[in-house]
Amino acid sequence: MGKISENLNYPKISVVVKNMKSIAIIGSGIAGIEAASRLSKFGHKVYLIEKNSEIGGYVAQWDRLFPSQTEAKTVLNDLIKKLNNRAEVLTNVTVQHCEKKDRQFELVLTDNKHLVVDAILVTTGFDIFRAERKEEYGYGIYENVITSSDLEKMFAENNVVCKNGESPKRLAFVHCVGSRDEKVGNRHCSKVCCATAVKQACEIKELYPSCEVFNLYMDLRMFDRHFEDMYHEAQSKYHVNFIRGRLSEAGENKEHQVIIKTEDTLAGKPLKLTVDLLVLMTGMEPCYLQKTINSKLGLRSDTDGFLSTKNSFTENNLSNADGIFVAGTCTGPKTIPETLADSRAAAGLLNSYLMS
Amino acid sequence: MKKEGKEQIWKDYQKEIPDNDFFYVRSCIRQNLFPASEVIFLKILREELGRNVFETPHHTTCGGIGYHSDIVPMETMMTIIARQFSLMTEAGFENYACSCITSFGLYSEVLETWHHFPKVLEKVRKDLKEATGREFKLPKTLSHASDVIYKVRHEIAEKAKYKLINKHTGKPLKVVEHIGCHYSKMFPNKGVGGAEYPYVLTGMVEAWGGEIIDYPERRHCCGFGFRQYLVQANRGYSLANTHKKFESMEPFEPDMIITNCPGCPFFLDRWQYVIAETEGKTYGGKNQGIPVFTYEEVAGMVLGYDPWDLGLQVHQIAVEPLLDKVGIPYNSETKYLGLDGKNLGKPELPKNICSC
Amino acid sequence: MINFGYQRNESATLDLDTTHSELYKKLLDKEPSAATCISCGTCAATCSAGQFTDFNLRKIMLLCKRGDMQSFKPIINRCMVCGKCQLACPKGVNTRNIVLILNKYLHAGKISK
Repeated sequence: MGKISENLNYPKISVVVKNMKSIAIIGSGIAGIEAASRLSKFGHKVYLIEKNSEIGGYVAQWDRLFPSQTEAKTVLNDLIKKLNNRAEVLTNVTVQHCEKKDRQFELVLTDNKHLVVDAILVTTGFDIFRAERKEEYGYGIYENVITSSDLEKMFAENNVVCKNGESPKRLAFVHCVGSRDEKVGNRHCSKVCCATAVKQACEIKELYPSCEVFNLYMDLRMFDRHFEDMYHEAQSKYHVNFIRGRLSEAGENKEHQVIIKTEDTLAGKPLKLTVDLLVLMTGMEPCYLQKTINSKLGLRSDTDGFLSTKNSFTENNLSNADGIFVAGTCTGPKTIPETLADSRAAAGLLNSYLMS
Repeated sequence: MKKEGKEQIWKDYQKEIPDNDFFYVRSCIRQNLFPASEVIFLKILREELGRNVFETPHHTTCGGIGYHSDIVPMETMMTIIARQFSLMTEAGFENYACSCITSFGLYSEVLETWHHFPKVLEKVRKDLKEATGREFKLPKTLSHASDVIYKVRHEIAEKAKYKLINKHTGKPLKVVEHIGCHYSKMFPNKGVGGAEYPYVLTGMVEAWGGEIIDYPERRHCCGFGFRQYLVQANRGYSLANTHKKFESMEPFEPDMIITNCPGCPFFLDRWQYVIAETEGKTYGGKNQGIPVFTYEEVAGMVLGYDPWDLGLQVHQIAVEPLLDKVGIPYNSETKYLGLDGKNLGKPELPKNICSC
Repeated sequence: MINFGYQRNESATLDLDTTHSELYKKLLDKEPSAATCISCGTCAATCSAGQFTDFNLRKIMLLCKRGDMQSFKPIINRCMVCGKCQLACPKGVNTRNIVLILNKYLHAGKISK
């Protein structure tokens, strides 16, 4: 099967490439990796630039993926396997300087390495909203308030417990933490948190069937294929409680449980609930380095901080600068399949650009 | 509770508090409710710490009570405040310090409004000039009086005769801090420590030897809420809010409450009596309440002032058990004598709760 | 006890620490489809009884989940059991059976075998 897909996806273009072109990909999350493997297959020289010490971005820090509960490392390993060491991976560096010379770019990295490339692909991705900024939820202060990323780590380590080491008997997920919230400067929906919250709720019930689980949501956005099935299962199989209401505040009682207040907007009443563990579904924000990168490359962001594209329908892999392409969540929140599809589209487009 | 998390937030919310030369304005109601507090503030700053504090008999209400009861319109309120600023300007001061939290909230609101809407400021200048012939400069700094005591808390600690420590156990007193809603809930960056975890009173208590307890309803209103109390038919709502706070703090067994608002200590103090008389419930053990103090009273206590000179005898909840805990001496014979030595008369004491 | 002329207001909060959703759990045993309600309100929109009384199945289902039975006890028997809601429900919830179960429990004091 592997062979068939290889043949389907990569016709023997690589052998007919005469003049090898070079591309710098900034950011080695799944978008960067996928584009690198496509472009190198096309026969181009690819530099994969990563600010951290490892490639894989946020997917490397995740345990299982919605809606199929596939292990994130399986997906990532597949992507890395396909890359097959064909790209030159440069870790612990960022772009220090960029200059356009004719159709080429001269990049200086923070380790003073010079690269001359024919095109740049920006796959800088996102950062996770810092939950401390929603001060009223007490992340970093109340010991049993954690984020969705913390919970993923707990799942990965098979150690989902409260601070005191006991398993939670009651647990709540707060949707839209740092998303759809103009008070923290984020009007956008982060798209993946609703599905993640429902996924994690099911996983908790799988792990602790007697644990009462509550999901506090504003709107449940089960937009993609199989998401509604996952939600249906959360209700019918796991009896997860869904409460429509945005959390107003969290406090801590003497037993270090978290007391949360919200309005049950469907019942039209204020609601109070004590939980052993509170999980904040932190959303996506533009990468903290995005502004710096924009100033070096001459790129523009929209008012939401994510990168502008030339045309959001037909040219969404083109930036405002010639020869600089964009893919993945740096142009707005995306699921993993969306990110990979976007990345492949960008690689195809880049290839045509380089061959022209 | 992770203190590092709070410390991070406290670092983020630091405001400029001047060290000297204050134009001090009193509250409308504090001299009736807690008659010595403002005098003690002046005494501590002028006599103990050698600061220059000016006050003028021409100062009037800021209009806050009427404003928050929907009686005084904003334009009127702004002109009243402009007049207070003209008094400050005429006296040659630029550091405005007010005793009342609601005034502080109003001043903050007005200064912010004028900052964003300069035309409104121009109109107020014109109105004040036409009505009174007065002109004014904006204050360089705006402090609540508790900010000022916070600023000098370590100087007070150096001169202190007593610490907020239980002399029988040697342990710090467990102190509930209650911040007036109008201190920083509207403008978090105008209060020491912000809105969610204000540090202004915590800093004092820590400097004077006590320990702060954080309970789930810490942020909740004391129950005053203006219209909720001013209209008798609404008082059940006011009472319900205070009740909610006491039910929430009860498991932590607080020794005392410290406040920085004119209304809060009154409601937290008096409603304990009403709850005891209507429901038979007390929160400081059998027939005992939790004594409530203003921050000036607490400063005076640690400095070793005579409790009756601090006006503690006009409290509802008996203060003697707390004085005994700290080891502050008091003379029961002189409790109900006025400053002139004349007998003020002894109040009728309730049955269900130990009172002053 | 002194009469001050006012009394402490009772809390209007749905306190999930003190309320019990026992009835809801029993309901789920009897009628598992109750779990899949999404509070969309199609039932209430199509309800004939709701046109003339304050019967509202969306609200009843929700309050039942929150353990607040007293609020809907007086209205649960206003349903005419016509079954229109069941035809309209996008999630296939057996609404009619739910009304019958709740009615029996609240007015006969038990859920029949």
